[in-house]
Amino acid sequence: MRLVTNRGVGGIVLAGVALLLTSLLLAPAAYAEEEINPLPFEASTGNTASLQRGARDYMAYCSGCHSLKYLRYSRMGQDLGISDELLKQNLIFGAAKVGDPVLTAMPAQSEQWFGRIPPDLSLETKARGADWVYSYLMGFYLDSSRPLGVNNLYLPGVSMPAVLGELQGWQVKVEPAKGSAPAEDELPLKLVQAGSMTPEEYKAFVTDLTNFLTYTAEPVQQERVSTGWHVIFYLVFLLLPLTYLLKKEFWRDVH
Amino acid sequence: MAIIPNPHKTTGFLGWIDDRFPATKLWKDHLSEYYAPKNFNFWYYFGSLALLVLVNQLLTGIFLTMQYKPGAETAFDSVQYIMRDVSWGWLIRYLHATGASAFFLVVYMHMFRGLLYGSHRKPRELVWIFGALIFLALMAEAFCGYVLPWGNMSYWGAEVIISLFGTIPYVGDALQTWIQGDFNPADATLNRLFSLHVVALPFVLVGLVVAHLIALHEVGSNNPDGIEIKKNKDPVTHIPLDGIPFHPYYTVKDIVGVTVFLIIFSAVIFFAPDGGGYVLEKPNYIPANPQVTPEEITPAWYFGVFYAMLRAVPSFAGTQIWGVIVMFGAVVVLFFLPWLDRSPVKSIRYKGPMFKILVVLFAIDFIILNYLGMHKPSPERTLVARIGTLYYFFFFLGMPIYSKLGSTKPEPQRVTA
Repeated sequence: MRLVTNRGVGGIVLAGVALLLTSLLLAPAAYAEEEINPLPFEASTGNTASLQRGARDYMAYCSGCHSLKYLRYSRMGQDLGISDELLKQNLIFGAAKVGDPVLTAMPAQSEQWFGRIPPDLSLETKARGADWVYSYLMGFYLDSSRPLGVNNLYLPGVSMPAVLGELQGWQVKVEPAKGSAPAEDELPLKLVQAGSMTPEEYKAFVTDLTNFLTYTAEPVQQERVSTGWHVIFYLVFLLLPLTYLLKKEFWRDVH
Repeated sequence: MAIIPNPHKTTGFLGWIDDRFPATKLWKDHLSEYYAPKNFNFWYYFGSLALLVLVNQLLTGIFLTMQYKPGAETAFDSVQYIMRDVSWGWLIRYLHATGASAFFLVVYMHMFRGLLYGSHRKPRELVWIFGALIFLALMAEAFCGYVLPWGNMSYWGAEVIISLFGTIPYVGDALQTWIQGDFNPADATLNRLFSLHVVALPFVLVGLVVAHLIALHEVGSNNPDGIEIKKNKDPVTHIPLDGIPFHPYYTVKDIVGVTVFLIIFSAVIFFAPDGGGYVLEKPNYIPANPQVTPEEITPAWYFGVFYAMLRAVPSFAGTQIWGVIVMFGAVVVLFFLPWLDRSPVKSIRYKGPMFKILVVLFAIDFIILNYLGMHKPSPERTLVARIGTLYYFFFFLGMPIYSKLGSTKPEPQRVTA
């Protein structure tokens, strides 16, 4: 009877909480802002080839304005399997040494050019989510009301020019047809002028970039996960049986 | 009674020590001859787990302090330095950050255990009060630590919490500036919170934990039946018949609990160190920026209940101090629990259905308030938070009345398995 009571308490608590939380989650739906959800995106930092391409593309298209001040070239080389020679030849522009962090030559007056200094992107995927970064890079569209002629679905009033427009092509915003819910991996944008890449190539390009930025946000991620499996394995298969049997042995005379 | 040196009359090297320092006496009094009830259940793991997490926080904290650089200009960068350039720095930092969340989780479970089995009742009132003081110190410690990475949520969290002092009439503004050492949270604020976090509060915390344990060992542990094992002693040995020595019985048992805890703890640290945005929040990956308020200022998850109460109370007579009073009152009321509870029995096992329903509702209320504190308010949610706040206080302040009503079952003479 007593055991039943104790388990009953836990069960009732859980059921009650589930019920009330559900009602709470449903109730405020009316207050949700008209916010567009990021595209579904799962970053993969285990794909070294993708990270290498992402690094190359980042240095070519992004690093002119956006620093990665917490990432050293040498660390990147080590983690992505890029030799110092290759780093110097292909990825380091300017006078930086391999042990230096990835900085830009962007002067402080760039704030007057863009409205703000281009932010450092070392931690961008941690701060906003990899899916947001991926979606943002997909979400530029032509908007004549903006000073640079472009806007972004995910950052309305964006200060950044559509640097990747020549690759992606140019999109315009379309109103989603009434009644039909848009697919969750489709944006309300239509390509009106093709870029130098096909939509598939551009998606792969943005995937590589986002994977690379996910790596820069936490370079230790791969090592962390593999260490984690070792630790869990040790705890579950070695320490747990050992301590459990020890307890049973010591408690044999307690009745 | 005077202190008797070496009461256990040890000899040799140990005897030499024991003549000068009560090593054997301490060992026996607190471990090998501390008799704990033999019927501890699942809920009784959380005390030793809290101690484990405390040690984890102290040890990882020592190493973090070696690399962390307090200061508005240096703090954020030094955290990334720890994460990237310090050998195993990432692990130490994740252990510390996740450890803070784990600390609150095990402490909340530990406190709820006390509530279920009446561990606050006579003669354990001081054990409970030292525990409540530990909880208060822990809240202060966690708040100070939360500010140290100097991310944007650290900054705005500090702004919100310190501004609570600003609601005090007449002296509030001056007090807030005095606490901050500036007109906003700034370099001076960060440095003083660092000092409190690594020196003052850990001292207080460890001291209170020692007091909590000394008080506990003086009166003996409660158990799920809520009866005193000291009432039934062996006539010859004077050892409680239902007691077993803490060491080795509960040390080996607690190690099993520690192992299970470590499995869950490690899973978070290695596979989800951001804890889904609850251990390390997204806005805290952006450096502190007094010009940019995060979309939504949310407290760390473990303060959700109190933040929900703060927001639930409307301002009145031109001041918002009422919410602060209610929030603070929610902690203060815990101190009075030993005297609010008038039930003839201690343990939930022998209480009537009324208490069982009320305590289940209290647990649900606690979780809902916590949820509300972490999410954007809306009119409906504020209403729920108000009802939840009222129920929180009813549960404690109504206790002198309802704990005397209703039926109870007879307590057994001896503990049940």
